[in-house]
Amino acid sequence: MKAWVVGHRDAALLALRRLAGAPVNSLLSLLAIGVALTLPAGGQMLVANALHLAGTTSAVPQISVFMAASAERRAASEIESRLGKYGGVKQVQFLPREETLARMKGNPGLRDVIEALPGNPFPDAFIVTATDDRPEAMEKLAQEFRQWPKVEHVQLDSAWVRRLDALLKLGRTATILLGTLLGVGLIAISFGSIRMQILMHRAEIEVSQLLGATDGFIRRPFLYYGVLLGLGGGIVAWLLVGAATWWLRAPLGELARLYDLSLVLHTLDARDSSLLLGFAGCLGWTGATISLRQHLQPL
Amino acid sequence: MIRFDRVSKRYPPGLDALSDLSFEVAEREMAIVSGHSGAGKSTLLKLIAAVEKPTGGAVLVGGQNVGGLARSALPYLRRRIGMVFQDQKLLFDRSVFENVLLPLSIAGFPPRDAAQRVRAALDKVGLATREKALPIMLSGGEQQRLAIARAVVGRPNLLLADEPTAHLDRDTAADVARIFHQFHDVGVTILIATYAGELFPGARRLRLDHGKLMA
Ligand SMILES: Nc1ncnc2c1ncn2[C@@H]1O[C@H](COP(=O)(O)OP(=O)(O)O)[C@@H](O)[C@H]1O
Ligand SMILES: [Mg+2]
Repeated sequence: MKAWVVGHRDAALLALRRLAGAPVNSLLSLLAIGVALTLPAGGQMLVANALHLAGTTSAVPQISVFMAASAERRAASEIESRLGKYGGVKQVQFLPREETLARMKGNPGLRDVIEALPGNPFPDAFIVTATDDRPEAMEKLAQEFRQWPKVEHVQLDSAWVRRLDALLKLGRTATILLGTLLGVGLIAISFGSIRMQILMHRAEIEVSQLLGATDGFIRRPFLYYGVLLGLGGGIVAWLLVGAATWWLRAPLGELARLYDLSLVLHTLDARDSSLLLGFAGCLGWTGATISLRQHLQPL
Repeated sequence: MIRFDRVSKRYPPGLDALSDLSFEVAEREMAIVSGHSGAGKSTLLKLIAAVEKPTGGAVLVGGQNVGGLARSALPYLRRRIGMVFQDQKLLFDRSVFENVLLPLSIAGFPPRDAAQRVRAALDKVGLATREKALPIMLSGGEQQRLAIARAVVGRPNLLLADEPTAHLDRDTAADVARIFHQFHDVGVTILIATYAGELFPGARRLRLDHGKLMA
C-alpha cells in the first residue's frame, strides 16, 4: 500500500475509534444531525412524490362539462355533437353516468355511501380538451359552455393542476430553505464536536507536532471525524424518512383513493439519497475545517 | 552540528531566559547542559527544535538557521531530531508499541518496515516484551525508556533529552544514562539537560546560570 493510502486509512480508523470511544456523545450528535436533516430530506421526499403524482395525472388542461342530473341522454347527445363542432374544441370524451357510478363503486371507501343513495347521483359528463390551452382561452370556452341548456356545471380542470404546480414550487423552495438553514445548524454541531475533540486530544496534537507532524497529518483524523459525523447523521435522517414513508403509505394511499388518485408513497430515490449523504458529509467536513482553523494552534 | 551564535531568548513580558549565548556542539559529541532550575536549560533545547524562536542571534542545526525556518519546514527539521521531553509526553491511551510507532506514522513509513523498527527500538531500551502494555502499567524507569525508544525510532543523528533521569532512583537513572552512552557510541550527537552530571562521565559540560553560559 502507498504511504498516503495508509495515512488516510489510519486517520479514518482513528476517527472511528474516537467516535466509538465516546458512544453516548457520538450517538447524541448523530441524532441531533439526523433529526435536523430529516426535515429537508422529508420535504424532498414529499415534493418528489407530489411531482410524480402531478406527472401521472393529466398535465393537459381540460374542461369538465357536467349535465344536469335530470337531463336525459338525448340532451347529452345534443351537447356532445355541439361540442364536437364547436370552434376551438380539439377533443371530446363522453363519460356516461352509469360508467361513473361503476367506477366510483370500485372505490371501497365510497361504495357504502353510494349504495346508500337512491338512484345514480352522478350526471353525464364530458371532458373537453381545447386547441388553445392557455388559461384565458380555456376560461372563455368554459364561459360559453355554461350558457348551454341542461349544462349544470363547467369546471376548468387545469385550475388544480396549476395550484398543485404552485404548491410544488413552494414546497421545493421551502425544502431548499430548510436545507440551507439546518445545514448551517449541522455545520455548527460539527464545529462544536470537533472543538471538543481538539480539546480532548490536546496532548496528542502537541506531541505529534513536536515529533514532526505536518498540519495535514494532524487535521486528517479530525476531518474524518467530521465527515463521519455528517454521514452518520445523514444515515439517521435517511432511516427516519424511510420509516415515515412506511408509516404514512397506508393512510395517505387511502386518502388519495377518496380523490380517485393512485398514490403509493415512495422513500427517497437513489439520486436524492446520495445527495442527502453527500450533503451531510460535506457539511460535517466544513464544520470540522472551520473548527480546526479556529482551534488548532501551531507549535 | 549545533551552533548558538549570540543567542538571546526573552519571554513576554520581558524575562530574559537566555542572554548572549554562544557555543558549539560538534557532530558525534555528547554534551550536557546543567544549571539550577529556571537557568534556561529547557529553553535552550526548545530553540534547537524550533519549538521557541530566539529573540536575538542565530541557532544553527546542521548549518541551517532554524529560527528562520518557515512553519511548513518545521516538521522536517523535527523529524531529524530525537527528543526526550522533560514531561515525557507519552500517550496514555495508546500501547507501548503505538507510542513508539507514532513518529514513523508521522513520517509516512511503510507499515511493515515501521513495525520492525519499533521492535528494534524497544529491544534497545529493554522493553521488547512490553509492547502491548499501556504506559500506565510501566514503572517510572520503564516510562523513561519508552520515551527514549520513541525519540530514537526514527534513527535521528541528533538526540536531545530534557532531564531524562529526574525522578528516577539512582540505579534506574544509571540504566537510562547507559542507554544514552550506547547511542553516543554508535555516533549519535547527544545534548542532555540534567542536574546529574556525574551520570555522564566524559561528556562535554555546559553550565547555565540565570540564562548565561559559565566558563
Ligand atoms: N513559555 C514561557 N513563558 C514565559 N516564561 C517562561 C516560559 N518558559 C520558561 N520560562 C521562564 O524562563 C526561565 C527559564 O526556564 P527553563 O528554560 O524552563 O529553565 P530550566 O529548564 O533550566 O528549569 C524561567 O524563569 C522560566 O520561568
Ligand atoms: Mg526545564
